[in-house]
Amino acid sequence: MQNNEGSNGVGDPNANLSSMITLLQSKAKTSILDKSLSKGKSEMHLSCFALLFSEMVQYCQNRSNSVSELQNKLCDMGKQVGLKIIDLIVLREKNYKREVKLLNILLFIKSTVWKTLFGKEADKLEHSADDSRQYYIIEKDPLVNRFISVPKDKGSLNCASFNAGIVEGILETSGFPAKVLAQWHNGITYYVIEFDESVITRDKQLDER
Amino acid sequence: MSRQSTSSRITADSKKVNSELFVLTYGTLVQQLVKDYESVEDVNKQLERIGYNIGLRVIEDFLARTNYPRCTDLRDTAEKIQAAFKMYLNATPSLSNVTADEFSLVFESTPFGEFTELPDACANLKYCNVLPGVIRGACEMVQMDVQAYVIADTLKGDNATEIRVRFIKKLHDALPAGED
Repeated sequence: MQNNEGSNGVGDPNANLSSMITLLQSKAKTSILDKSLSKGKSEMHLSCFALLFSEMVQYCQNRSNSVSELQNKLCDMGKQVGLKIIDLIVLREKNYKREVKLLNILLFIKSTVWKTLFGKEADKLEHSADDSRQYYIIEKDPLVNRFISVPKDKGSLNCASFNAGIVEGILETSGFPAKVLAQWHNGITYYVIEFDESVITRDKQLDER
Repeated sequence: MSRQSTSSRITADSKKVNSELFVLTYGTLVQQLVKDYESVEDVNKQLERIGYNIGLRVIEDFLARTNYPRCTDLRDTAEKIQAAFKMYLNATPSLSNVTADEFSLVFESTPFGEFTELPDACANLKYCNVLPGVIRGACEMVQMDVQAYVIADTLKGDNATEIRVRFIKKLHDALPAGED
């Protein structure tokens, strides 16, 4: 045990040296942090995104055996996007301020995030009557579903799972751990957000202050 | 009458999407591929394939939205591909080294590079390898067999991203019966 610590510390100068070399190498290239952040107003053709998304769905479908597995895969991918987009939006639009209240972050997702990503706000935000941990963001016509026709044998498939992932990613990185699912309800997409119990408790404590 | 109104609605509906959504989504896909495949070479191949699939379909969209006639020579084709990049990716590549059967598309910056850095483990990853795939797929649908590949990439420290396209042959048997 002690031996190990020794070699990690001063004992092995080569380790330090090699890490220094990699550091120098990465410095030689202009790092992404050297560039200034764009204003983010640039746009591209919808078909482009639609075709890419379709390829993504196909890729996930080829690698999963069930509808729920496919949805999980899409959700995981959306999560990655969510984790990143929140930093961009907070930096540009909120002056580095992040929401700490549950309702505010939901409204922020419904309006600002959706507007940035998809050019329009989500339609509604609702609180479940039965379960205080559940909220719904409701969207009639999600952009990602516009060019997707769901085959009959996969009726429950909702590719807006990708969007659900985005919401989940944003909530998670903002300190509101939750599980988000995209579900059909009368042909309308519901993003069902179920918060962790701890989130609800904390939010109540904030209210009491 | 109703048909006309539908078509005008579609043109008006040809909406734009935030390019950052696209860029991040693409990044996620590449990330997933890197996770799923063992070698970077396989990821490159897979990206090209994905691009090819997109190309097969995007050409329809392109022809439907533009009224371009048949290309007369390869320079003509190159200019149309250039126009398509402007239209779809909002990127303006310049043409260089145009010969009778080859040309290069040079991008000062591709949207793909905006938030991307290649880690050392992925030094050989051709991050924008979907682009040559798109070109190959789209050209195949208009009876042109081309080879396209990335020869320089800003993510690897080059000054510009360059895609070289080489014309191989005209495809004849791809014509459906009864056409032409």
